[in-house]
Amino acid sequence: MRTQQVNSLACAVAVLAICSLSSAQLTKDQEDTNLGMEAHVGKLTGHAKDAAMNYRRYCAGCHGDLGDGEGENAVWLDPKPRNFTLATFKCRSTPSGSLPTDEDLYETVGRGLESSNMPSWNPLSNQSRADLVAYVKHFSERWKTEKPGAPIEIPVQPAVTADRVKSGQALFQKLECWKCHGVEGRANGPSADTLTDDQNRPIKPFNFHDQTRFKCGETDRDLYRIFMTGLDGTPMPSFADNVKPDEAWDLVFYLRTLQPMHTQEKEIAKQLGLKPINTNAPAPANAPAPQPQSNENKPQ
Amino acid sequence: MTSARSGFAGLLLTASFLLSFTSNATALPAFARKYGLRCSACHEAWPMLNYFGQKFKDNGYQLMNDRDSPVWQNPSYWPVTFRMTPFWHRESTDKITYDTPGGGSALRRLTFTGFDYGGLDILSAGTIEKNISFQIIPASDELGSFHIEAVNARLDNLFHSPWLNFKFGKFELDNIVSEKRGLTLSASGGGYNLYHFIPAGDGNMFGQLGDNQIGVEWMGHSANDRTRLSVAVLSSTDGNPDVPYGSNSYTTFITGSHAFNVGKLGTDRVGFYAMVGEAATTFLTDGGVPLPNSGVGNKGFSREGFVGLFYFNKLNFQVVTQHGSDSPWFGAGFGNPIDDPSAPNFPVNTLPAGFRNPTWNGAFVETHWVHSPQLIFFQRSEWIRMSQQADPTAASNLGNLDNYVFGYRYYPIMNSRAGFAWHNEYSWIRQRGGAPDGTDLTSNSLMLGFDFDF
Repeated sequence: MRTQQVNSLACAVAVLAICSLSSAQLTKDQEDTNLGMEAHVGKLTGHAKDAAMNYRRYCAGCHGDLGDGEGENAVWLDPKPRNFTLATFKCRSTPSGSLPTDEDLYETVGRGLESSNMPSWNPLSNQSRADLVAYVKHFSERWKTEKPGAPIEIPVQPAVTADRVKSGQALFQKLECWKCHGVEGRANGPSADTLTDDQNRPIKPFNFHDQTRFKCGETDRDLYRIFMTGLDGTPMPSFADNVKPDEAWDLVFYLRTLQPMHTQEKEIAKQLGLKPINTNAPAPANAPAPQPQSNENKPQ
Repeated sequence: MTSARSGFAGLLLTASFLLSFTSNATALPAFARKYGLRCSACHEAWPMLNYFGQKFKDNGYQLMNDRDSPVWQNPSYWPVTFRMTPFWHRESTDKITYDTPGGGSALRRLTFTGFDYGGLDILSAGTIEKNISFQIIPASDELGSFHIEAVNARLDNLFHSPWLNFKFGKFELDNIVSEKRGLTLSASGGGYNLYHFIPAGDGNMFGQLGDNQIGVEWMGHSANDRTRLSVAVLSSTDGNPDVPYGSNSYTTFITGSHAFNVGKLGTDRVGFYAMVGEAATTFLTDGGVPLPNSGVGNKGFSREGFVGLFYFNKLNFQVVTQHGSDSPWFGAGFGNPIDDPSAPNFPVNTLPAGFRNPTWNGAFVETHWVHSPQLIFFQRSEWIRMSQQADPTAASNLGNLDNYVFGYRYYPIMNSRAGFAWHNEYSWIRQRGGAPDGTDLTSNSLMLGFDFDF
C-alpha cells in the first residue's frame, strides 16, 4: 500500500514536472505562432519576426537560443541571464507578480542591468530595440494569456528635509532592510549570504555603499519604483502594500545617504551627525511592519 | 621618367602586398571572453565593427558597467589575441620587366599560385583600471620581422564626461570607416587605396590616413555614440619612431560624424574628415647621406572628404570620398630622402619650373550583404582620379586608379571565445600609366583561406 502511494506520488511529480516544463518552453508550433508577437513603445511597433537575427547576434550567447537563459556563456556569468520563458522580470513599473510593460523591457534593453553582464544596448536603433522586446515576449505564453500590470503611480517628489532623512532611516530599520543590505548599505547584513533567487541560485543584495547606479535605473524615481514594485525573481519584495508613498520617498532620501557620491541627502546626514542604525535598539514605533523576504506571489 | 614609373609601380605593388596582409587591429576575442559576449555583438562580421562595437571602442574598451575594471576578472585572464591567416592565392600582374636572351628586356604578365600565410598580429587591449585603457599591438610580417603597430594609453570619460577622452601614443586614426577592421584581405584589394594614395613621382608619404600615427588624440562622443568628434595632433613621421624625418613637423587629423535612426532600415551615419599637415622636404647631409631628424623646409598637404554609412536592412553601404592636395615640392619628389636615396635633396633645393600642387579626387563604395551574423557578402569599388599633375608635362590620367573587390566570409562558429572565418575574395586593380613602358598596369588576386583569431 505504501509502495503504491509512493509510486503514485512519483508519477504525479513526474507529470507535474513535465507539465511545468512544457508550460515554460515553447513547442516549435507555439514559437512559430508567437513570432507574430508585437511590442508597442510610443509610436514604435516592434515585431518579433524582425528581431530573430539580432537576438542571435546580441542576446543568444547568454540568454540562449530558446530564451531559457542557458546560452553558452551562462555557466560563466553571475548573476545568471534572465530566463525569458518564465516571463519574470526585475525591472518593471508594474506591481509585483505582473508582467512588465513593453516600455519597461525597452528601457531595460537600452539601459542595461548594473552589476550584471547585461550591457546597455542603446547603440541599437529604437526600432531594433522594440523588435527585440517583441522577440523576448515571444518566448512565453504568459504574454498571450495575461496583460501587463498597470504602472504604479509615482507621486511628485517632495523636498528633502532632515526630518525625512531621519524618517527614512527609521523605516530602513523597521522594514529590516539592513538584514540583507547591511546597516551601512554594504550588502553585508546577516541574511546576505543566505539569499537565493526564484531558481534557488545564490544572489547578492545591492551594495549602496559602493554603487551609484541601481539595477533598474539611477534616479530617485527609479529607486522609488524599485522599492514599490520589488524585483521579481529576487528576494527584494514590493513594499507597495506596507508603506505610504510619502514614506517611500523618505526611504529613498535615506538610501541616498549611503551611496558613494555627493548628494544633498548626504550633506543633511552629515549635518545631523546621522549614525548607522543600531539593530539592537527598538525600531521607532510609528514605522510600518517588516516585510517577509520571500518569493511568494511571484510566477515560477 | 620610365625608371621613375617602374619604381613607382614596384613600390605600389610591394605596398599593396604589405598592406593586404597586415590589418593589425581587427577583432579581439579577449574582449568577448572578458564580457561574455559573442563576436557578433560588437562586429557586423568580424573584424568590421557595428554600432555597439564602435561605442565599446569609443568608451575605451568598456561597456560602462561596474565590471570594466580588470579587478573583476579572474586573475588568469590575459587580454591577448592572436590572429593569422593561412590561405591559397593566385596573383597575376601584367607588364613585369624580365631579361631577354639577347641581353635586352621585355614585359610580360606574371602569374603564380600557391599556399601561403599572412603576418601574425598579437593584439592586446583593454583596461588598466576603470577609465584607463590601453592598446599594444606587436605585429610581424610573414617572415617574422616584428614592429610595433600600435602602443597607446587612453584616459577615458574624464570628469565623468564621454566628451573628454585623451589618447597618447601610436594609434589608428579615428577613421569612421576603419581599414584596420576591413573585411578585405587580398593582395590587390586588401587595403583602401584612398587611405594611402601617393601621386606618381610624389615624395609625400606622410599623408597616409590608413597608417597608424604617433601623437595625441582628443575624442568625444554622445552617451549613445550617435555624435562623435575627434582631433589628433601627430608627428609627421607616418608612424615611424625616433622622429626620423622633419625636426619640427606636425599633422592634424579631424573627424566628426552623426548617426540617426532611419526607422526599420537601421541607423545611418554621415560625417567628414580632414588631415592637414606639414612635413620636411630637404635634409642636412653628412657625406652625402641625409641626416635623420634634420629635415627642414616644411611644406603642406591635405586630405579631406565625407563619409557615410547607409543601412537598408541586411544591405549596407560605406561611402568615403577624398580630395587630396600636396605641395608642389612633394609633387616634384621632395620629402623622403631618408628612405629613398633617389629623392631630391641638398644641394638640389629649388623647385623645378612649372611644378604645381598635385591634386586628386577619389571615392570608394563598399557594400555588404549581411545574410546572417555568420555569412557576409561584400564588394568594394574604388576610383581615384588626378585633377592636376604636379608636372605639367605628365599625362593627365597618370596614376589614376581603379580597384574592384568582391567576396564573402563565412563564420562556421559564433561564440565568445574565438573567431574563425572561411574567406574567399577576388580583386582587380588598374593603375593608369603605372607600367614600366608608361602604359596601364593591372593586377588581380584570388584568395581562399582561413582567417582566425583566438
